[in-house]
Amino acid sequence: MLRPLITIRHIPNIDFMGLHKLGFVLSAVLTIGSIVLFLTQGLNFGIDFAGGTLIEARTQGPAHLAEMRSTLDGLGLGAVSLQGFGSPDEVLIRVARQPGGDQAQMDAVAKVQHALGSGVDYRRTEVVGPEVGGELIRAGILATVLALFAIAAYVSLRFNWQFGIGAMLSTLHDTITTVGLFSLLQIEFNLTTLAAILTIAGYSVNDTVVIYDRVRETSRKYKTMDFRTLINKSLNETLSRTILTVSTVALAVLALFFFGGEVLRGFSIAMLWGIIVGTYSSLFIAAPILYYVQPRRSSRAKKEDTQAETQGAS
Amino acid sequence: MLYFPKWLVALILGICALGVVFTIPNLFSTQTVDRWPNFLPKKQVSLGLDLRGGSYLLYQVDMRSVITERLNDVVDGLRSEFRTAKIGYVGLGASNDAIHFTLREPDRMEEVRTLVRKVDPDLDMTTGADGAVSLKFNAVALNNVQRQIVDQSIEIVRRRIDETGTKEPSIQREGEDRIVLELPGVENPEFVKRILGKTAKMTFQLVDENASVGPGGHPPPGDEALLLKDGHSPPGATIVVQRRVLVSGETLTDAQATFDQYGAPAVNFKFNAEGARRFGDATKNNVGKRFAIVLDNAVISAPVIREPILGGQGIITGSFTTESANELALELRAGALPAPLVPLEERTVGPGLGADSIHAGALACIIGVILVVVFMTVFYGLFGLFANVALFFNLCLMMASLTVLGATLTLPGIAGIALTLGMAVDANVLIYERIREEVRGGRSLISSLQAGFERAFGTIFDSHLTTLVAGFLMFFLGSGPVKGFAVTLSIGVITSLFSAILVTRLQIVSWLRRTKPKAIPI
Repeated sequence: MLRPLITIRHIPNIDFMGLHKLGFVLSAVLTIGSIVLFLTQGLNFGIDFAGGTLIEARTQGPAHLAEMRSTLDGLGLGAVSLQGFGSPDEVLIRVARQPGGDQAQMDAVAKVQHALGSGVDYRRTEVVGPEVGGELIRAGILATVLALFAIAAYVSLRFNWQFGIGAMLSTLHDTITTVGLFSLLQIEFNLTTLAAILTIAGYSVNDTVVIYDRVRETSRKYKTMDFRTLINKSLNETLSRTILTVSTVALAVLALFFFGGEVLRGFSIAMLWGIIVGTYSSLFIAAPILYYVQPRRSSRAKKEDTQAETQGAS
Repeated sequence: MLYFPKWLVALILGICALGVVFTIPNLFSTQTVDRWPNFLPKKQVSLGLDLRGGSYLLYQVDMRSVITERLNDVVDGLRSEFRTAKIGYVGLGASNDAIHFTLREPDRMEEVRTLVRKVDPDLDMTTGADGAVSLKFNAVALNNVQRQIVDQSIEIVRRRIDETGTKEPSIQREGEDRIVLELPGVENPEFVKRILGKTAKMTFQLVDENASVGPGGHPPPGDEALLLKDGHSPPGATIVVQRRVLVSGETLTDAQATFDQYGAPAVNFKFNAEGARRFGDATKNNVGKRFAIVLDNAVISAPVIREPILGGQGIITGSFTTESANELALELRAGALPAPLVPLEERTVGPGLGADSIHAGALACIIGVILVVVFMTVFYGLFGLFANVALFFNLCLMMASLTVLGATLTLPGIAGIALTLGMAVDANVLIYERIREEVRGGRSLISSLQAGFERAFGTIFDSHLTTLVAGFLMFFLGSGPVKGFAVTLSIGVITSLFSAILVTRLQIVSWLRRTKPKAIPI
């Protein structure tokens, strides 16, 4: 019979509640820092949001960025940015939106292609008008806000509203700090990044739900246990599964980060950060918050117990 | 919980088998699959443009010009109605989305109201002091017009694209007034953009030889001054033509690029029966005069009618190149666009990048699977293997669902697959950890297993549902790449619920029956 090579039999006894104030301070710093960064430094919006023109070119042999840059700067197209993209022979060229209509953008593309001469393979050309970007940002913010409320509503429904608040605050923390990371590192923020943020919102609640489930179960079992001990006990008992579930997803995301290609890099970074910070926030924000908004369990718990009995084991 | 009725076993196995069967065609090239006998499933998942290469174009239907045009018609209509009814007015004109004028005799307002309704019943009329009147289209009518115009535009775009011979184009409405074109394999969309860049509204109108308009002047009533672009006249030259349309381009049945008697490129056209009759009558009654061929509000040719043209055929000569003659012929054949299309977004991916993306995505998925499989085996031994088998079927079910549902797989979609690989075994981890806990709590083998599955289910369901909520929001509010990701993520979450719970449980139960173990290897 094939036995596991590693088994975690030991249930740790970490005083999470003793650390939670430190956690709150750290999270407050991270969150406020993210907001400040977002307001001062802003995001490096990709053309999905900012509009403009993007050309991905592959040169024969390694690309000479400096040389290409001076060639393109001489075209009078305004801000032209070049960056290496994955391999040394690939260049990402971004041209700011040209005054005038669509024709002006196409002319800019033609100028760039003409200036770089033959022997360059144009792998991707994207021209995005200014109208679309604003709508996408609005839709993205709307989707994120709706996701946060949907999660809060669902957790409130399955547990009760105190749990809903905890889940929403920790999820909000995860999304804000992800945006902060993108502002800090100035990694391109595009549509796939937005998808990553929404996924983080949906996924980071998973750990929280696992922990809340246990808090509820323990609070029913030990009706007189004080909340501090109760939360600590629940967190320690579920710690192994919290770490293991996050590890499997982290493995998948790491595979994406290293092998998924340059286009998905921003997505993988956001996901990686999101699942790590999501686990942290489940342990140090979502659970300790319950201590402050303590669900009144004496009456509640009894009511739910009888409900559970009448429904049969759920 | 540990008892499986025969039908459930059959159902689970059946679903897994279907998953495998419908995944298989995706492992082969299209050419190979085409050679298979027909009773085998041959459908492959359709790849997004970012993976197969091609052009994506987003257009907005410019409603303003349609509204303005219709308002101008109303202004003309009112003018002649007021003339007959001898109603005095000042400042009649259309601006933006409204018509304004002031009545000289404000007490005739009711009369005016009737006339307005007669000219266009879709107008809302508001009156101000001293006989000021403003007219606007009501919201319902505007909506109807918009829907109709966008539908027509899509139809015309489809016809024009079909004329270009593009394979498998996808032309769809997006939002209220936008059209998305996806053209697989089109690496340079210049031509497509050119033929969609013109509405190609063609009319035949008589030239008013007695009138001419200087800069800033107004043409006489019933006439209009249009730019003359016949290739001989200086740029900016105008010509005055009668507003009345003799024949319009809608009556054309065919148009072909050809050459005139001097060997210059030209466009040959044919009318349908009605158009031929009207063109015949018009030319018969106006021999010796000039008629203007008006295309998109410019006169491209103004030949003299030498004799009645009764055959329902004609030729347009002018300043064509072979290319522009071909384009015009194509546009006339396909019909005029009811409104101009404004390009908003354009993305082109070359086939090289697409192929590279597929390789990178597939590699990431394979490595992700290997990592997860090793991880689960290391931490859960035999039960880890059960989870890995379930993971395999989960992958198949995802691919099969995408294939059968006709969803489009994009690069973010592949990222979604890789991600759900990691999430799928989460359910197994939760179940196994719970079983471990129950064993530690001193329960018997069977009852630990039972409790593990039962108690973990609620947690698994909750956590999957929140991810699904995010997936649905992304699908309904996101666009393009976000949608593709949302589809695979949502499908993956649903299939993993099935595989991680039912497929794993079935394996554990049959293992129990086969080996009757004394202890659980976790």
